Amino acid sequence: MATTFHDALSRLRKTRVWKSIFRRGPALTNRTRSLAVFGNLFLHFLPVKVREKSLRVRATYYLGSISFLLFVILSITGVLLMFYYHPAVPQAYRDMKDLRFVVSNGVFLRNLHRLAAQLMVLAVFMHLFHVFYRGGYKPPHEFNWVVGVILLLVTLFLSYTGYLLPWDQLAFWAITVGTNIISAMPVLGKYVRFQLLGGNLVGENALLRFYVLHCVVLPLAAVLFIAVHFWRVQKDGGLTAKGEDGRKED
Amino acid sequence: MADSDKQGANGGAPDAQGDVNRRDFLNEITFAALGMAAMGSAVVTYRYLSPNVLFEPPTKFRAGSPDLYPMNTVTYLPEQQVYIVRTPDGFYAVSAVCTHLGCITQWKPEADQIACPCHGSKFKPNGVKIEGPAPAPLPHFLITLTLDGELQVDKLETVKINQAFKV
Repeated sequence: MATTFHDALSRLRKTRVWKSIFRRGPALTNRTRSLAVFGNLFLHFLPVKVREKSLRVRATYYLGSISFLLFVILSITGVLLMFYYHPAVPQAYRDMKDLRFVVSNGVFLRNLHRLAAQLMVLAVFMHLFHVFYRGGYKPPHEFNWVVGVILLLVTLFLSYTGYLLPWDQLAFWAITVGTNIISAMPVLGKYVRFQLLGGNLVGENALLRFYVLHCVVLPLAAVLFIAVHFWRVQKDGGLTAKGEDGRKED
Repeated sequence: MADSDKQGANGGAPDAQGDVNRRDFLNEITFAALGMAAMGSAVVTYRYLSPNVLFEPPTKFRAGSPDLYPMNTVTYLPEQQVYIVRTPDGFYAVSAVCTHLGCITQWKPEADQIACPCHGSKFKPNGVKIEGPAPAPLPHFLITLTLDGELQVDKLETVKINQAFKV
């Protein structure tokens, strides 16, 4: 079985379709292995070469990857939830109830989205603590540290805007309290609150605005900054090994 | 004519008098125009995002005949989020929205207090703060009498806390 599968794969690699997509031969030499990474949109964020030492598992090692994995889970479950959700009053609350009690596997998707969201806030915070205590904000990483802080804020705004969407009592009062905190900001506060809610109280306009922010604006911002973040990790050598004396190896 | 020939010869660099040459001038007005267009876009986008018509509950409402409210009682009107307080001095219309972070307070007759469920602020029936994180007393709204003898409350007009409305 194994040999036939292997044969099938090597035959597949010689087909015209495969070659038109990957544009290289089998990854048998260092050169073709490098080309495999350079020629791949998703892999060229990553370093061409990773040292074995830098892959040694520590307790805090995968926090950034876990955050990204949770973002992927949230994107997939979020898009699936959107197929049943209307951002309107009072339909939003009914749709949330339908997702829990009527739609097949809806309760699983909703809970996965909720739990992943809470875990993502936790994971992003732990990732930042890890980077901070290891001095990851120091040159040449200071730009990526700032990008990371922006990503923390985007994560928190995503969490906050998503909180209103079930349109239940908890959501309503949390956003009432939260937007009143915003209005405590000097000078601009009440204008920011009015723009965010699209009115003076948490109503239909607020639900629609939070929905658009949650489903379009903030995810696009997150994708943009995640891309910059990963690209910088490669350029600044975030994944390169550090020597035993703490200095970066070549 | 000699001046312009010289400018053409040295590729548009500033001439000896320090005047602005054509290339710099065009660059400056182009960026100024783009900047003005960008600021204008920001302004009209801000205006676009500010709704002109709001479908919110009216701020001025009728609270019914004064006889509906017995002496020395606090009555909560859930639609308008206002307490109608009747004392021997007269009527007060006290906001039910907590001055801390906007939660709706509750009238607790057994304690003779208005209490906020969110963060524990407490007020007297006339809105004066007893304790809690609330920074200010509950505001009092203007009460007037309509021509057919009903109380009318205007939530956009606040009055002093000791200004009772006598019928």
